[in-house]
Amino acid sequence: MSKIYAFVGIKNYITLFTSQAFWTSFTVTLKYVFAMVILTNVIAFFLAYILTSGIKGESFFRAGFFSSNLIGGIVLGLIWNFIFSEVFVYIGKNFIPFLSKSWLGDPTKALWALVLTTVWQYSGYMMIIYIAGFISVPKDVLEAASIDGAGEFVKLKNITLPFMVPSFVVCIFLTFQRGFIVYDINLSLTQGGPFKSTELISMHVYEKAFLAQQYGVGQAEAFFLFIIVAIVTLSQVYLGKRLEMEL
Amino acid sequence: MKINLRGVNKYLKVIVISIVFILYISPLILVFTNSFKTNKEFLLNPLSFPTTINFQNYVTAFDKMNFLHALSNTVIVTVFSTVFIVLFSSMTAYILVRRKWRFNRYIFFIMVGSMLIPFQAIMIPMVRIFGSIKMMNSIWALIYLYIGFGTSLAVFIYHGFIKGIPLEMEEAAMIDGATNMQVFFYVVFPLLKPTTITIAVLDMLWIWNDFLLPNLVLLRPANMTLPLSTYRFYQTYTVDYGLLMSGLIMTVAPLLIIYLILQRYIIKGIIQGSVK
Repeated sequence: MSKIYAFVGIKNYITLFTSQAFWTSFTVTLKYVFAMVILTNVIAFFLAYILTSGIKGESFFRAGFFSSNLIGGIVLGLIWNFIFSEVFVYIGKNFIPFLSKSWLGDPTKALWALVLTTVWQYSGYMMIIYIAGFISVPKDVLEAASIDGAGEFVKLKNITLPFMVPSFVVCIFLTFQRGFIVYDINLSLTQGGPFKSTELISMHVYEKAFLAQQYGVGQAEAFFLFIIVAIVTLSQVYLGKRLEMEL
Repeated sequence: MKINLRGVNKYLKVIVISIVFILYISPLILVFTNSFKTNKEFLLNPLSFPTTINFQNYVTAFDKMNFLHALSNTVIVTVFSTVFIVLFSSMTAYILVRRKWRFNRYIFFIMVGSMLIPFQAIMIPMVRIFGSIKMMNSIWALIYLYIGFGTSLAVFIYHGFIKGIPLEMEEAAMIDGATNMQVFFYVVFPLLKPTTITIAVLDMLWIWNDFLLPNLVLLRPANMTLPLSTYRFYQTYTVDYGLLMSGLIMTVAPLLIIYLILQRYIIKGIIQGSVK
């Protein structure tokens, strides 16, 4: 950046919105976020459901599933980079042909690799929140339903789920937020490749600003990202308040 | 009959969860087993168990990653940042709750508002400004930044908790002649213990593993934290898998050990942090 500051009005934003690369990156990010939010929450809920049903070794499993959260995004990406490019390929060559080419070399599969890795990281964390939700469901209501002859599925649908709405709100929005700003897994797993097909928006901002040295455009993108995250967070607060009043 | 069915159901659940669990931790196990292999052995079959347990990879990786140095940097940054965040935020939140100044309302509002801003949105001007006043390239600058980035969430959580503490205890201490500082450190702060654990857990996990901020601030290899040195190490030795895997294991190990010891607190901290 030069020492002279020229005011350019909305020029940076025009450059941004007419840039093909930006929209590609944004679309990829949206795909990634939706797939990851749905998968993470489904798996986390499923884990929490089983791990609150009173089976043996619950606390062991809980601690085990959470452990992937202790690993930072960079190391996590490197671990899965190794799994996708070496272990899966080995399995593919010997057992399942579907895996024989590295996922990281194919644009669509690389995005799924990214989704899978993030799901692996966050499902343990969200599981903990869902477990807290399951535990908060009052036991006497469940007992009363059992006496009235409700089966396990009916109890889950009519009692447990309504009580767990706050947990759902927290988890879904948390995954949304984290999805939009993910950077380190992206960097260490795919480096945005192949051919920039998995370059998520955060990485795009970084590249624009620090590698291409276009600070102005980079900051315009970053501001756009801020607006999205702010909308997600504010709608969480709004929705959370409304649902709380209904209960 | 019904009881019997339920028993079967339970076994089924244990089996299902065990299978999922094995799939879930298999990447970590594979990293662990391969960390003992030579490159030749690895290329032959990455799924097999190592035929011999040799620690040569660890010794080499320890040296090449400059592990001790990176570890001590990470520990210093994490510990100092967390301690200061806890100390400053709890005091700030206390004043914000207990003094009904109009100014306090604005400060609190600004702090909560700043939580909406993702790091990426401010990193560019941050790098420019801190670069121009020569505050880059030192772990102390990094600690300073972490305190700034961590304070608003911590104040928010403490604020919610302190509101629920009855005033009577503090009044009693005041009547006994305690100063403001004494009231805070002897009466209020001990009561905040559960919240303090929550904040310490959240901040430690975040700071220990953070990559983007140290990557922007710490440019000299001598200053690098663990995530930075691991990434660099991985880029330098891309073909020697045994070596890379032992590097990853060493990076992950310190937190896993802490987790094994403090597991109960960590999980409790996560739950409390998420509910707020």
